[in-house]
Amino acid sequence: MDCIIEMMNITKTFPGIIANDNITLQLRKGEIHALLGENGAGKSTLMSVLFGLYQPDHGKILISGKEVKIRNPNDANRYGIGMVHQHFKLIHNFTVLENIVLGVESTRRGFLEMKDARDKVMELSGRYHLKIDPDALISDITVGMQQRVEILKMLYRQNEILIFDEPTAVLTPQEIHELMKIMRELVEEGKSILFITHKLNEIKEVANRCTILRKGKKVATVSVQDTSKEEMSRLMVGRTVNFNIEKPEMTLGQEVLRVENLVVKSIHPGKNDVDDVTFSVREGEIVCIAGIDGNGQSPLIYALTGLLPVDSGRIVIMEQEATKMPTKKRYQLGMAHIPEDRHKHGLVLDYRLDENLILQNYDHEPFSAKGFLQFESIHQYADKLIHQYDIRSALGGETPARSMSGGNQQKAILAREIDRNPELLIAVQPTRGLDVGAIEYIHQQLVAQRNEGKAVLLVSLELDEVMDISDRIIVIYEGRLVANLNPAELSIEELGLYMSGSKVGVGYEKK
Amino acid sequence: MKKNRFAQAVVAFLPSFFAILAGFLLGFVILLAVNPNQAIQGIGIILKGGLNKGMSGMGQVLYFATPIIMTGLAVGFAFKTGLFNIGASGQFTMGAFAAIYVGVVMKSLPPAIHWLVAILASMIAGAIWGFLPGLLKATRNVNEVITSIMMNYIGMSAVNMMVRATIYNKLKNESLPVASAANIPKWGLQEIFPYPSMNGGILIAVLCVMIVYIVLEKTTFGYELKACGYNRDAGLYAGIQAKRNMIYSMMISGALAGIGGGLLYLSGSGKYMKVIDVIATEGFDGISVALLGLSHPIGVLFAGVFIAYIKVGGFNLQLLNYDQEVINIITAAIIYFSAFALLFKTKIQSIITRNAIQKNEASDQKLEEATMESEERPMKEGDSQ
Repeated sequence: MDCIIEMMNITKTFPGIIANDNITLQLRKGEIHALLGENGAGKSTLMSVLFGLYQPDHGKILISGKEVKIRNPNDANRYGIGMVHQHFKLIHNFTVLENIVLGVESTRRGFLEMKDARDKVMELSGRYHLKIDPDALISDITVGMQQRVEILKMLYRQNEILIFDEPTAVLTPQEIHELMKIMRELVEEGKSILFITHKLNEIKEVANRCTILRKGKKVATVSVQDTSKEEMSRLMVGRTVNFNIEKPEMTLGQEVLRVENLVVKSIHPGKNDVDDVTFSVREGEIVCIAGIDGNGQSPLIYALTGLLPVDSGRIVIMEQEATKMPTKKRYQLGMAHIPEDRHKHGLVLDYRLDENLILQNYDHEPFSAKGFLQFESIHQYADKLIHQYDIRSALGGETPARSMSGGNQQKAILAREIDRNPELLIAVQPTRGLDVGAIEYIHQQLVAQRNEGKAVLLVSLELDEVMDISDRIIVIYEGRLVANLNPAELSIEELGLYMSGSKVGVGYEKK
Repeated sequence: MKKNRFAQAVVAFLPSFFAILAGFLLGFVILLAVNPNQAIQGIGIILKGGLNKGMSGMGQVLYFATPIIMTGLAVGFAFKTGLFNIGASGQFTMGAFAAIYVGVVMKSLPPAIHWLVAILASMIAGAIWGFLPGLLKATRNVNEVITSIMMNYIGMSAVNMMVRATIYNKLKNESLPVASAANIPKWGLQEIFPYPSMNGGILIAVLCVMIVYIVLEKTTFGYELKACGYNRDAGLYAGIQAKRNMIYSMMISGALAGIGGGLLYLSGSGKYMKVIDVIATEGFDGISVALLGLSHPIGVLFAGVFIAYIKVGGFNLQLLNYDQEVINIITAAIIYFSAFALLFKTKIQSIITRNAIQKNEASDQKLEEATMESEERPMKEGDSQ
């Protein structure tokens, strides 16, 4: 069969890692080819090589049988390669149409000529059932529509080879379903698709063949039809992964966190980022705040942790009024916080690992005495955590945090927060960007906290995570809670309906 | 381990070294352009700097270095804590005035502590001048660069006014001489460095360097300040009171610059405060000292001495057929280039990483074994659970 792209024996190294080790990937014309692998397996590097962002150390790229050099994304574009990045590359205060034509605008005497462009975009939109509003601002449309804009960008540039980089991470189940349909239509029209993901269900649903990478090496290229999910999972991780988490029945203890009618106003006047939110978390349960990204999760957590002032309502932690309590006091009450953005909040990247491990405790015994840091105890403590939580780094406690891998940075934060023995653990997307092994580990740790009778408040965008480890799910939509659900009596599709605001739980109707 | 530390120190110093080298090259080009015949001799004089006149010359270097080490320390300290204190000039001037005022007016103080009180006064005055931009930044989020620049002008004019109102020598349009007890003791330094203005100020500056180093590197307070400086969000996350620390940080920075003012005008060198509308250049020299020293207290100490050394070299260049302006341009060019230290820093780091890559390629095999091992470890853990 004809191959439209052949990446032959690609090798690419970075300091300390061989990101791609002699990888061969062949994309046939008119197929959906999945690229499966854990984080750090080399998927992104391989795609960056194809897209001209990196030059391979060895190996060559053939397009329709001819060897080519792709030096930059413009070259890639010229060869008909387009990519939908995981984080969309759209300009938020431009309209949909402006974003689509950006960089390939037609002009007449230096003035933009939008009429032809508009017709062409609308024609493409109709042909592929990609519903868009060409005049809406990107900032006003849903994530699903933003993704359709990205797809139209590729089609407008007449790209024949479409790369989707983890396109479903930000979508609801309904939107995912629609995307799958679009992908099939694109292939029927003769396009070829490379589909990067680590979700096996999606591969099973749309892909023809699947290439599996592990630790920078190609493990296999398999036909999706003839290969079971278990088999693919085993190939990806290199061992059988145990996704079932032991969760003994717990009797709920005291209320550890209570939130009453909490309101955080938005910077946009007249809107509330957090709107009249009431819930509580008790000892021995994992409560998960589910929702699509950007529906008020971050402001809610900032308010709970003292990083953002509350406009009205109450926060009670361990039976103590905490609405206006400074962050430090909340930590002293037993709160711990695994933040959403480990680089922004979780770590001081210019500090060493050991200095980061005492970020909240630097002024307590034994790390401090009479105002001086006690480096001896700091080193010992760091060594203990590094050993206990298996944090890997080049120089142990002396490693600059910046130079550590994402997974190990996250482990360091997890270690720091859990080791403070908190009563209330707030974990915001604790597994984002981590590989299956690390996710498994972090889930085990969270459940272990619950089993010890601690309260865990989890914020997650990953539906599987939400369903698997939580004892109770509260759904947030546009800053409001819309449901309080028991995962045992819930299907993923139904959860999706709540998350997209199509359904509202009993007692949560808007007044 | 020790060898490693030494290598790290060398790598840390390299960028400054290359910056200095580039500065000298540019200086040489200027010398060539202006007066080719004496250019080689000229660059020689600059290179020899303070050494032209033996220990006396080094005394002169230390005398010049003292105030700019202090302003450099001020700028560097603020920078380490995430603030740009461009107001070192104003703080320096306020400190100078406070020191002279105490020196002139409070003659009833016991001679043994007169100078110390004057220095303390300069410290407090500088701290106040740093406090205002710090307060505005912390409470109103007003950019400290703008406020501290404006405070330079306010400081200059206010000091001119206050000198005229209190300690004014009408005949010379400058401040009155301070009591001799208000001058910093010489502690025998003039025996080692036989330069007339040599005094104990440099020792006080070195003491300040050591204190700043200890505060930044060894104390919980320094840990807080740097955490907020490197990453304010992480500081807030950790529950550190970033706003309060900002104010402290600006006050300490101002105090350091203020002491610099005190040290210069209490040096017993016959230097008086002129009533002129010129912003103290020591404050701006402090910025280049801090940049060249990469904001590290020890680095600032050496950078201050180096810049003073160049200035003395420029001073000596007057022996040749060069105009004062040309000399100023050359010394400025060298100092200016020192600001490129950061640029060289990134360059050097990229070269080092590139070498590391090549090394890595050689040890591919080892790495692979390591990854194999790491693959197996979590498995055991999973089983035991």
